[in-house]
Amino acid sequence: MISNQTIETAGYEIMKKAAIDIPEDYLAGIKATAAKESGELSGFVIKTMIKNYEAATSDRRPMCADTGLPRYYIKVGDDAAFEGGFTGIERALRSATARATHDVPLRPNRVHPLWRTEHNNNVGINAPEVEWTFEPDADWIDITTVHKGGLFGTDYRMLFPGDGIDGIKRFLLDTLISFGKRGLCCQPAIVGVGLGGSKDTCMQLGKQAACLRVVGDRNPDPKIAALELELMELGNNIGMGAMGFVGSSMVVDLHIEVGHTHTGGMPMSVHTFCLSSRRATARVHANGTVTYRTDPQWFTPYHRRETVDWAGIEGAEAHA
Amino acid sequence: MLEEIHIDLPASNEAIASLPLGSVVYLTGTVYTAREGVYHRVLNEGHPLPSGLADRSNVNFHCSPAAAKNEVGGFDIGGVTATASFRFSQYLAQWLDLTGTKVIIGKGGMAETDYKNILAPRGVIYLTTIGYGTGALLGRGIQDVEAVHWLDELGIAQAMWLFKVENFGPFLVESDLQGQSLFAQQGKTINKHLDALYEGLKEPALHRYGETKNRTDELI
Ligand code: SF4
Repeated sequence: MISNQTIETAGYEIMKKAAIDIPEDYLAGIKATAAKESGELSGFVIKTMIKNYEAATSDRRPMCADTGLPRYYIKVGDDAAFEGGFTGIERALRSATARATHDVPLRPNRVHPLWRTEHNNNVGINAPEVEWTFEPDADWIDITTVHKGGLFGTDYRMLFPGDGIDGIKRFLLDTLISFGKRGLCCQPAIVGVGLGGSKDTCMQLGKQAACLRVVGDRNPDPKIAALELELMELGNNIGMGAMGFVGSSMVVDLHIEVGHTHTGGMPMSVHTFCLSSRRATARVHANGTVTYRTDPQWFTPYHRRETVDWAGIEGAEAHA
Repeated sequence: MLEEIHIDLPASNEAIASLPLGSVVYLTGTVYTAREGVYHRVLNEGHPLPSGLADRSNVNFHCSPAAAKNEVGGFDIGGVTATASFRFSQYLAQWLDLTGTKVIIGKGGMAETDYKNILAPRGVIYLTTIGYGTGALLGRGIQDVEAVHWLDELGIAQAMWLFKVENFGPFLVESDLQGQSLFAQQGKTINKHLDALYEGLKEPALHRYGETKNRTDELI
């Protein structure tokens, strides 16, 4: 039986880890990007960022003072046994958020949209967001926190089937160029592209593609995987690097997630996960032990299931 | 290699004049934070400035720190990161006149016309933070919280913080006393190649406002 206390502690730990320690996959990705950078200013910016990650980890302070909007993604195994019901888990995570906000400290970013009032703890109406998914043949609970910053770098457009790959490319360029100028979206970024679904699903898929997949991960559909690489190259050929200076470091990786959509449309969203690509995951096992990692493993084969039933889809354990 | 320059605060006019565009700067002395909350309070609501501000600091940092009260009644500063400055353009002429501020530190710079019309004529330059997420490095440069004003009224993010800093940086010189902008110069180089990127990509069926500025236009 997994207790609320275990969830609270795990939530608190991943809040700290996310804010302070840059995920290894992103660090490796940004080093690879830097090695190819020929723009002097852009290269200097990236070298400074790498020093910043080192300072954050050794001083145990947040890598970026805009500690973003902390939120959670939860995957519950069908066989997971936990006390206090689902709301117990949500309460534990609200408590973890408030505690971590004080202790790290994180910036209390969350304010009421109209009255600008706050509770100084990143907790409020619809905050932190908690998204739930489920996994067959598993008895654990995975909790991922993402601290995505950025008022910039996200956009949505209703494209149509006839717009094709050209339409996708144009919209990607539009978004990266407009938010890349002066580095408003704090590139180089992990770019997430959502294609399809309904409008809200499309936004959600793009966000999750940016925040919940690691650098180097490819979509299991080989044609989508090829498109990911093609679009990444397109982004890095804009001629713009870190902070919008002349260079090539725009996209560290690009992930596409798709959802079946209306037959007449091809909605598209673009999200950029910034230089402070903060995510951390805890797996709470059935016996109450907790293991930590930086790969959320969110898009399991079950998560991307396509038909009525999902027999034959390899189990979550095999994926993990 | 980019040129690296260390400056003591308050920044002298000579030091400010000597900074070439695109050089790397570190600061030692006192900086204060002020953004829309403080600007609104002083300029629109008419509250007086904290006394002695002008003597203590002439560097305005567009920033909200990650800060929390500690047991001994002071504050722990985790990281500090600049916030995007272009939003504060409307307040700056009045603010600079009132405070005698000579250096603005922020994220992303401002419009080149703001440098030419507002900053440069008042002997003010703009330094941009780097990255922009270098919160941990900048946090290291902060030695102490000298004072905090309007914490109860404005909250942690919007309050005016006075930080004692040492080798605080790195920053890049984004605008100089001629009102030139590093971002604008770099942008011009990049802009030359943009059209080529779109070559051969057909336009989408449905357009959006923004692509046309005329609201009587149809978008199909
Ligand atoms: S976009 Fe990311 S790196 Fe940039 S200021 Fe916001 S949180 Fe920090």
